[in-house]
Parts: sequence; C-alpha cells; structure tokens
Amino acid sequence: MEQARRSLLRWLLGGGFSASIISFLYPAFRFMSPPEVPEASINEVSAGKVQDLKQNQGRIVKFGNLPVLLVHTSAGEWRAFSAVCTHLNCTVQFRESSSQIWCACHNGLYNLNGQVVSGPPPRPLDEYAVHIRGDEVVVSRRA
Amino acid sequence: MTETPQTLAWFEERLGLASMRKFLAHKTVPVHAGTMWYYFGGITLFLFVIQVLTGTLLLLYYRPSPGEAYESVQFIMTRVQFGWLVRSVHSWSANLMILSAFIHMFSVVFLRAFRRPRELTWLSGIALLGLALGFGFSGYLLPWNTVSYFATKVGTDMAAAVPGVGHYIARFLRGGNDVGGATLTRFFGFHVAVLPGLTTLLLLAHLALVQKHGISAPRWAEEEYERKRMPLPQMPFFPNFFLRELMAWYAALGVLGSLAALFPWELGIKADPFAPAPAGIRPEWYFLAPFYTLKLIPSHVWVFEGELVGLLGFGLLALWWVALPFWAVDRKGIERTRWVTGAGVLLIAYLTTFSALGYWR
Repeated sequence: MEQARRSLLRWLLGGGFSASIISFLYPAFRFMSPPEVPEASINEVSAGKVQDLKQNQGRIVKFGNLPVLLVHTSAGEWRAFSAVCTHLNCTVQFRESSSQIWCACHNGLYNLNGQVVSGPPPRPLDEYAVHIRGDEVVVSRRA
Repeated sequence: MTETPQTLAWFEERLGLASMRKFLAHKTVPVHAGTMWYYFGGITLFLFVIQVLTGTLLLLYYRPSPGEAYESVQFIMTRVQFGWLVRSVHSWSANLMILSAFIHMFSVVFLRAFRRPRELTWLSGIALLGLALGFGFSGYLLPWNTVSYFATKVGTDMAAAVPGVGHYIARFLRGGNDVGGATLTRFFGFHVAVLPGLTTLLLLAHLALVQKHGISAPRWAEEEYERKRMPLPQMPFFPNFFLRELMAWYAALGVLGSLAALFPWELGIKADPFAPAPAGIRPEWYFLAPFYTLKLIPSHVWVFEGELVGLLGFGLLALWWVALPFWAVDRKGIERTRWVTGAGVLLIAYLTTFSALGYWR
C-alpha cells in the first residue's frame, strides 16, 4: 500500500514536472517558428520600356518580392523566367556571350527556354509570360 | 611590504588558493615527440577569447538590419578609431580559430586521444567544432554584403533539401520563406547570444572532461617507454606547460596581428536581393570542399536530385566521422589503427584537394 502510494506520488510529481517543462518549451518553440506573412498576390508587373532593353540583353525585374529575369533575345523575342536557380536558390543572370542563362554559384546553365543545359540544377526555370503593350513590357504569371 | 602576505591570506581564506595550487602541482602533461600538438586546443581557446573581446567591441556600433548593417560596418571601418583593426582581427581570428580547431581535431585522431574513456571528450569537441562553423556561417551574413547574402541563400537552401522537415528548418533559419531582414536579425541573435551560450556550456564540459581523464599519451609513446622499462616522461602543467602554452598564444597573437594589419578584411559590395550572383562567388575556405562537391554532382543521380544526394553524402560522412571512437576498436577491443589513420589521411586529402579546386576553379 505504502509502495503503491509512493509510486503514484512519483508518477504525479514526475508527470507534473514534465508537463510544466513542456508548457515552458512549447511557447518558446512556437515563438521561434516564423509566422506566415500573407503577401499581396501580384499577377503582373511593368518591366519598363521596350527600348530600355536591347536585343541579346537581360535584366532582373522585381515581381513582388521575387526576382524575374527578363531577356530580349537576339531574334527579337521577349522571354521571362524566375531568376531563382533551381539548384540552391542563387539568383541567375543572362550571359550575352553565349546567349544563355547562368548561375554563378555552382555553374548551372540554362537555355533561353529555361531548360537545364549543364551543371547541377535539377529542374528548368519557371517561365513567365511577356506582353508588349504599346512601348511597355509587361511580365505576368502564366495561367 | 608586510601588506602582501596579509592580502594573500585574506584571499586564501575566501578562495582556498592553496587547494588550487596543490591541484595544479599534480596535473602533468606527457612528454614525447608529439607533445607540440597539445598546444592547439589551448590556441583554439585563446582565439575564441579574442573573438568574444573583439565581438563585444563591434557590438557597440553594429546595427542588425538590412538598411543599416552594411553602413554600420562601413562606419566601423572608416570612422571609428581602430575600427578597421578590430573588425579585421575579429574576421581573421575567426578563420584562425577554425583552422586551429581542425588541427586540434586531426591531432587527436592521429595521436588516438579519442580512445576509451575519452569518447565524450571527442563528441563534445566535435560539437564545439560544429558550433564554431555555426559562428562562421551566422557571422558571415552580418556585414550584409553580396557574397554573404548568396552564401546564406545557398546554405539555408541546403537545409531545405532535407526530406520531410527541410522546409521547416529552412524557414526557422531564415525567419521566413527567403533570406531577408528577418534572417539577418535571427543570425545576429544566433551569433551573439545562442551560439556563445551553447559554446560556453560545451566548452566547460569539454575542459572538465579533459581535466577528469587527463591528457592522453599516444600508444606508440607508451609502448616505447614500456620497452625501455621506464615511465613515460611527464612535465608539470603549471608552470612548465602553462608557460609554453602562453608562448604559443603569444605567437598566435603575432600571426593574427600581422594578418589583420597587413591584410585588412574587406567589406565587399552591399547585398542587393535583386542582383544576380556575381561571377567567381565562393564561400569561406572551410566550406569550399562541400561547395565544390555540390558543383560536381549532376542534377540527378539515378532517380534522386543531385543536391539531395550531396546532402545525404555529407550527412553520412559527418556521422561516420563523429562515430570514430566507436568504430576505431573492433568487438574484441583491438584497435583498428590503420583504418583510423587511413580515414584521417583520406579526409585531409578530400578537404585540401576539394578546397583548392573550389578556390581556383
């Protein structure tokens, strides 16, 4: 009887102590997890005037808080891709010398369709739509 | 003149210095051909103290926000008296500390100082090396320059590749979905509060374990003196070894001061989240080997993505190295001496070769 009472008290004390520790740690753990901050959904942005970007050139434009690479090909076409390398998240750039998209971090190479040509990137770059409205270049999400 | 013994007696009564002197008088250090390698643990500790001191000074001016971090470091380097030197000493000391910690670790391997009953000393030392690398990674972002920005993007994205929990780890590290102001604040918190706290606790445990088990002598030195039927020579820790260690610290300080003054640490260009990663970008030297390995791994290995395979490889390599004291002896208790030496040599060869390739290619 005495032993059972001791055992019960030990369980109650141990359980209460563990529960109190968990009750201290849980809010601290939740505090450290960053909250989801909703971002305004952007579907298209103006990427400047047509004459601002010559043929066989590219530049990064802000698409909300995402970098998008806008390319004016040597054939006169307009292309836009997510500028985030699919390998390890670096920001890619257009290489005029080879007319390709290059990531300097781990030497990943993409063609002007966003497909991987060489290097470690596992997936193609996400493509955006480009429209010309008057003399304005508009980049938008693909449907 | 009669004041001194009285003052000493006053402290003696309150601190019990005699027992400390007695304790130090009994502590000894083995003397053999590899004794010089014992100094690197102390040098690492000394450089950590330099880090704490210079880091505290930098805290007086540094501001951890994307709009002010770069400018505050620029202010330290250009306007604050000796600011350039304090920052340069902090950066150089960080690198020398990691180099010294690596030398200490490999000397422990080649002198077999991890053997029973020192497994926990090895594990606490490896954890301290991990924390030192954490200091390097978190501190690298604080100046908020282009190189540090992309190094953090790559480093945190590697964490994201861990199956299942990777996304949560990356979000925890970044303080959000991408590297930004929240990451900088978080890394600052890790760098000046979380990591120093953990390091202090682990360092105390590591030193207490070294104290408990004493300094290990290599088997070959013990056997050499067993054949001679003589005890292995020992030197008193205090003052003999301690004074030699002080000289080693002084030499380390000389190297550190020279490097910091002759090659001041550069600040680079301010980070722009909408600029492409610049050509020739590479991380600090101690992350060059995994950086170059990731460059070599193709996009897919069989059905798996290359970065996942790389991460798995690094994880297994780290696990294998951490578990060294447990596979260094077989079930009969016989040491696998050649395996350990081979593993140490292979790891050094991998780190130096891939780091050199990562630097030059």
